[in-house]
Amino acid sequence: MSQAAFEPRLGATPDPRSDVPAIEVHDLTVAYRTQPVLWDVDFQLPEGELIAIVGPNGAGKSTLLKAILGLVEPLTGRIEVFGAPYRRRRSWVGYVPQRESVDWDFPTTALDVVLMGLYGRVGWFRRPSRGHTKRALECLEHVGMHELAGRQISQLSGGQQQRVFLARALAQDARLYLMDEPFAGVDVTTERAILSLLEELRSQGRTVVAVHHDLQTVAEYFDRVVLLNMRLIAEGPVATTFTDENLQRTYGGRLTVLARAAETLLENRRLDAPPEESTLARREGRGPWS
Amino acid sequence: MELTFTARNVLLGATLLGAVGGVLGSFALLRRQSLLGDALSHAALPGVCLAFLVTGSKDPLPLALGALGAGIAGSLTVLALVRWSRIKEDSAIGIVLSVFFGLGIVLLTHIQRLPGGNQTGLDKFLFGQAATLMERDLQVMAILGAAVMVLLGLFYKELKLITFDRAFAESLGLPVRALEGLLTLLLVTVVVVGLQTVGVVLMVATLITPAAAARQWTDSLGWMLVLAGGVGAASGATGALASASVAHLPTGPMIVLVASAVLVVSLLAAPRRGLVRAWLRERGVEQRIRRENLLKDLYRTGEEAGTDPHRLVPLPHLMGLRGQAFGALRATARRLERQGLLSSHDDTLSLTTEGFREAEAVVRKHRLWELYLTRRLELASDHVHRDAEAMEHALSDDDVARLEELLGHPETDPHGRPIPPAPRQPGGAPSPREEATP
Amino acid sequence: MSPTLVVLTVGSLVGASCALVGSFLVLRKMALLGDAISHAVLPGIAIAFLLTGGRAALPMVVGAGALGLVTVFLVELFNRSGRLAEDASIGVVFPALFSLGVILISRYASQVDLDLDCVLYGEIAYTPWDVWLVAGRSLGPKALWVNGAILLLDLALVTLFYKELKLSTFDPELAAALGFSPVLLHYLLMGAVSVTVVGAFESVGAILVVAMLVVPPATAYLLTERLGRMLAVAVGIGVASAVVGYFVARALDASIAGAMAVVAGSMLAGALALSPSHGLVARALRHRRLGRWLTGRIVLLHLRSEGSPVSRDALRERLGWTRSRSRRLSGILRELETRGWVTRETEGLRVTADGARAAEEHGGA
Repeated sequence: MSQAAFEPRLGATPDPRSDVPAIEVHDLTVAYRTQPVLWDVDFQLPEGELIAIVGPNGAGKSTLLKAILGLVEPLTGRIEVFGAPYRRRRSWVGYVPQRESVDWDFPTTALDVVLMGLYGRVGWFRRPSRGHTKRALECLEHVGMHELAGRQISQLSGGQQQRVFLARALAQDARLYLMDEPFAGVDVTTERAILSLLEELRSQGRTVVAVHHDLQTVAEYFDRVVLLNMRLIAEGPVATTFTDENLQRTYGGRLTVLARAAETLLENRRLDAPPEESTLARREGRGPWS
Repeated sequence: MELTFTARNVLLGATLLGAVGGVLGSFALLRRQSLLGDALSHAALPGVCLAFLVTGSKDPLPLALGALGAGIAGSLTVLALVRWSRIKEDSAIGIVLSVFFGLGIVLLTHIQRLPGGNQTGLDKFLFGQAATLMERDLQVMAILGAAVMVLLGLFYKELKLITFDRAFAESLGLPVRALEGLLTLLLVTVVVVGLQTVGVVLMVATLITPAAAARQWTDSLGWMLVLAGGVGAASGATGALASASVAHLPTGPMIVLVASAVLVVSLLAAPRRGLVRAWLRERGVEQRIRRENLLKDLYRTGEEAGTDPHRLVPLPHLMGLRGQAFGALRATARRLERQGLLSSHDDTLSLTTEGFREAEAVVRKHRLWELYLTRRLELASDHVHRDAEAMEHALSDDDVARLEELLGHPETDPHGRPIPPAPRQPGGAPSPREEATP
Repeated sequence: MSPTLVVLTVGSLVGASCALVGSFLVLRKMALLGDAISHAVLPGIAIAFLLTGGRAALPMVVGAGALGLVTVFLVELFNRSGRLAEDASIGVVFPALFSLGVILISRYASQVDLDLDCVLYGEIAYTPWDVWLVAGRSLGPKALWVNGAILLLDLALVTLFYKELKLSTFDPELAAALGFSPVLLHYLLMGAVSVTVVGAFESVGAILVVAMLVVPPATAYLLTERLGRMLAVAVGIGVASAVVGYFVARALDASIAGAMAVVAGSMLAGALALSPSHGLVARALRHRRLGRWLTGRIVLLHLRSEGSPVSRDALRERLGWTRSRSRRLSGILRELETRGWVTRETEGLRVTADGARAAEEHGGA
């Protein structure tokens, strides 16, 4: 973990002259057990934009994020973040997982959760300093959660929980943010607050790549879109890429071709239900062996 | 109370185990690994037997190491079963639990039949025979226990993070698998520490029950650990003392019963999560709603008849309005009477002046909310009544004032009924509405 | 009946009935509830013993069965309160009940031969001599009668409620929507488990009952896809474990029940390794085949999009493959060549028309 000197820099601007893409994905294929989830995905994303990843359930969106973070092992392919493998760029990237991937009944406060984002800077065997706490509080204030800093997280509403997650991301002060459904299940006010936060991040030159579920708001909120359905359907600026035709191709039921081909090679699963991306974690439980 | 040497050992051992078990059990509980502890304790048996067969000695240290090794093997087996086959986690735990234990029993009975195989040495691990705790055993327990606590302290924040949000921890670059392995190792160690005191079967309660009790009292992980350790130690001590004082009360089961009793009390009585408190709170709210409804009903009955607001209304009529039972209504009415808000004569009720004012306030909330729904959210006027019935009890005075302003100090509700004006402050300015009307 | 035959029969009866109800426990992910029941019935047995003053089978079965249901109920209660997760609920309920049982026995029955160790691992070797006396006449070993009756009971349950059990196991929502009360089925099943556990208690004890409940069904789960077949295979394996276990125990002069559990475990290990559909070997082979298939297609897609020939090194770099994986690449390329989908030229590899089509028909854009 990096031991970068601690300084409260909610405003660090990345190098605007650099033309290294934020993310480069080459020929990425990921299979879960023996079923392909991502197939030959290939794209580049520039820095400094708000980018949405969109696709039907089970299309591999969360898997794509996890592959970028090095959390899943691809069958083939290469991913680079700012020109290097992820593990060399860890301190440049902040991850905001799906809100429901966490047990919010865990005994901890909002402040504590944000402090977790700073563990990389605190280092092993040390406790967070007062400076770290101050920074965490600043981040909470930035998302409007200052007064609830000491509140137990199970007592927070969905929107408040999401804000806490975002405050944690802010604390990481990253150049690239990967967010998994940040707008899911939040109230209107929070949604607007999150959007303005993302826009602020963009104005600082940072990049946000978010899995987004709500087709209605893609064009309004984001600059670029990646349409995914196991394969890359299309990628580009929202205006030219988020078209009816592309949406048809993404959602129009052509998912099955590869899956069917794979299945003829594989067991037919009659005693098991096929794993679905979004329900997998829920069904198999959040055990330590996932 | 005069403690024998044995009893003193038991007391020390049980308290130590309770403290360490409670702390580590908190992590097991939060990671939904409660029953893994059960599997590990059963899996330790073949390790103990093998250690005996190999070293020929009943010295606690090699036996503990054997148990440790077997426990680790057991946990790895569970992991392997889940990762490499379609067998689910619960079955994997059951498999390891029973098969390893079966192997242990085979070895144990085989040892017992060997010439010189002193059986009372090893089968104490089944049920725990705290009375056989020797100085040496306590020493081993203390060393292992201390090691567990030190490691927990060193890696506290990382262990907290991987328990709460594993994926995020991975993204930070934390060696999550290694840390999980560490926790499992600590868990196995605690199991080994406790085997002689509480035995294979009850080990899981030593871990989980104090932690579950502690969870009810606090929302902070740190305090939960402290409390769990405390409850564990106290249960251990109490159980040990009780077992020493009364004949035929084995230590292990006593400890578990004490801890379970603490858990039940915690579940019922703890301030925020306690079930009794929650039930009382709910009832409190229910009763307030019933009172407000009664006031409102009395007001409306009077209003509809167009007569004296203090009119006498028979109870049966009120019962019919909401389908309420006689007894419940009576009880509510009595409450209101005691508050001076209504008076009752035989089976009729009437609002007092004070009661009338209160009723007005409730009706005002109701009708303002209805108006809000129809005007601002454009709901049909016949759809708003139910919502208002619920909302009226939840609106505060501030909410009401704001509603009034928002709606421009209206005079009638969607059904054309008058909205009672805000109560005039004593000796104060006229209400905005009075000012507005010419 | 010779003692050996009695023991073998009792063991088989236990193995069979446990396998029947245990299969549903495994499929419903309730294996540990079975574990809990097997421990928690102890106070039921103790109470029955104290009330009747003897070790008659029927009161014990009833007492234990009742406790089994109480266990399930308490676990639900703790879980539903919202304050305790399901696994934690199990982990606090059964030790408390078990402790209660141990204390009852220690205080009020210590002078009798309710040997606590046997509670944990049973003593099936005594069953031939534990006969059922009716009016002074021996009707044969009690265990045969009890476990035989229990097997019939379990068979009846499974046959009568087969459809409902199957549906509520795989699709509980649909079952509820169709009017089969899932709660009723749940308690019926758990009641059967309790009764089965108690019958097995004498033979194999509390902990090894779990082995019989979980291990043969898990083994069957690795070998077959259909419920009916799974039940049959589980029963077969249960019986086999009992029989083989007996002989192993004889050879080692050790606990019969323990040996049964170990044999069952070995059969599971065998199935795990060698099962044609789910075993590790089969899986590894399949995984490799899929990997090769996918990689082959990716190679074809690349070559097709490139147009001009690509050298092997360039291909490797493009795929982001390290040297170790490159050895497999050679094998894959060779296969592609053999199929006539790729040709090797001086500058590198080129895809053929057939190859381009092969890539396409499996989803090339």
